[in-house]
Amino acid sequence: MKMFKNLLKSPSFVLGMGLFVATLLLAFLGPLVLHVDVTTRVGLAFTPPSAQHWLGTDHLGIDMISLLIAGLRSSLYVGFLAGTVATIVGTLIGLYGGYKGGLIDDVLTVGTNLFLVIPSLIVLILLSSSIENGRSLTLIALIIGCTTWTWSARAVRAQASSLRGRDHVSLARINGYGTMGIVLLHIMPYLLSYIFMVFILQTATGILSEASISMLGLGPYDSISLGKILNEAIRNEALTDGAWWAFAPAMVLITVIVFALYVINTSLEGVFNPRLRK
Amino acid sequence: MFKNHPTLKHILGRAGWYFVTFLVAVTINFFLPRLGDANPVDTIMAKVSAGLDTASAKEKEESYLKEFGLVEVDAAGHIKRDAQGKPVRASLASQFINYVSMSLRGDLGSSILQHPKRVSEIIKDALPWTLALQLPTIVFGWLLGNVLGALAAYKRGVFDKVMYPLALLMSAIPAFCFGILLVYVLGIRLEWFPAVGGYDDGMTPEMTFRFFASASYYYVLPFLSVFLIVVGGQAIGMRSMCIYELGTDYVKYAKLLGVKESKILYYMFRNAMLPQLTGLALALGTMVGGALITEMIFSYPGLGMAVLTAIQGNDYPLITGCTLLVTVCVLIANFSVDILVGILDPRIRAAQQSGK
Repeated sequence: MKMFKNLLKSPSFVLGMGLFVATLLLAFLGPLVLHVDVTTRVGLAFTPPSAQHWLGTDHLGIDMISLLIAGLRSSLYVGFLAGTVATIVGTLIGLYGGYKGGLIDDVLTVGTNLFLVIPSLIVLILLSSSIENGRSLTLIALIIGCTTWTWSARAVRAQASSLRGRDHVSLARINGYGTMGIVLLHIMPYLLSYIFMVFILQTATGILSEASISMLGLGPYDSISLGKILNEAIRNEALTDGAWWAFAPAMVLITVIVFALYVINTSLEGVFNPRLRK
Repeated sequence: MFKNHPTLKHILGRAGWYFVTFLVAVTINFFLPRLGDANPVDTIMAKVSAGLDTASAKEKEESYLKEFGLVEVDAAGHIKRDAQGKPVRASLASQFINYVSMSLRGDLGSSILQHPKRVSEIIKDALPWTLALQLPTIVFGWLLGNVLGALAAYKRGVFDKVMYPLALLMSAIPAFCFGILLVYVLGIRLEWFPAVGGYDDGMTPEMTFRFFASASYYYVLPFLSVFLIVVGGQAIGMRSMCIYELGTDYVKYAKLLGVKESKILYYMFRNAMLPQLTGLALALGTMVGGALITEMIFSYPGLGMAVLTAIQGNDYPLITGCTLLVTVCVLIANFSVDILVGILDPRIRAAQQSGK
């Protein structure tokens, strides 16, 4: 409770959370208030904003607001799913290696560092381009999660290895707890706030990765995402046609979500880590 | 053997580690594209078989099968055949060995889209553009970002109040969004700089002043778009690092002793620099990935553009060639940073001196 009060006192947390909640409301309440239809052509290609269609139409004449809401929903979905997968994989590897130490830790660390050095975008490109058919939104999210977990494993490992020598961990070991029991019941609870921060950053990474991959034309076949809106706009020369409404709003949305998540993360760090508090 | 040369030992150790990483990267490059059902030969055949009779189409297909290492070849270079005269398909293992030995020799096969152009030739044309764009942006962006971050932490006040939110915004804007923004506003709307391409239409890359001038003009926007983002991200990291350093005992003690401000700043900078350098090594992959997408937005004639056209045309040899080369470049850059850390890190240096 006290922690929560501290959070609300931090202006950057309020700012970040406010922005993030606003995008969530747009994504989930938007369709209830506004008429969302991403299949009907309501006008000519790249019709400028009007009273009827606040942000005009895209290259097919589809209402931009509808596309943006649908795209926002998919991007948030990819972000959460990829963030969850990356956090779980990274946390488990980090906790296990950090607690175990020795050879297992060395092997896990070398493996993690290996995939940390090889650019995740490259692995994403290779994987996505080999899956020609059936590149669904969910599959893309899972692929992103499986390629971006590395730095969270590294970060969690460092934290876990500092806890392994604590008395309560030794006591648990003497009492006959297994490795997984100790890791999950006696080490992880101490790192929950840290893992939550990792999750927030991984979600931001997930949203950015999906947008990057979609920009390359390797986006999902079954849904509209913010990255796909950008890709379509550029491919259909919205830039040279001066149709700013076809790409600027999607750019603003991506930037706002990522900015909000970064700000939330920084403010959480200030609250969770008493040493940084002034 | 290397007991007396900790730096050399460090370098050799890292070199070995990076070689292993390279092998893993080659393995990934080989296996991931083969996860799918796409066969490069089918893709080419769909393109070239039109208008050919069955016999010459078959002959052509076999020559492609051989070229892509999909069939067994005997010592004389002929395709091995089974009892029915069909070519013997190479096993995945022998394909892999073939691929690794070819990659190590720098042979990346030939492109499908621009057949029979070699992938290595296409990459050779694209690589200088990518290096010219990414190396200076990352190196100078890193330096400027660190200086600005340290100054903001030390000076605080107005400088910090202006710089910090700006840097935060820059680091949160995805590289591709910022690129699109620059293309649209400075390139298309205001027409201050050319929006897309690497040099004037009608020119060919050559070592003349005219070409160089044109290329530098086209360089401005892609450079700015990557550079400012690197500066923003690094400044934020350095700023928090320096704020931490300012609170440490050695800075307080030095201040009480009345040590000159510039000297304290120098010590602080040095201590905050090492983690920043390690951080650079970790961030390189992401930076290079972001810059590749920036290249695509600007249609800059580098590797990013090559990857984009390759993806659009399902040109697998070109995709894997480019991804492998990008990985190798990132590995080399990482290795250089690692060596630099080894030279600059006082702990490794101290070990060196005590070893003498």
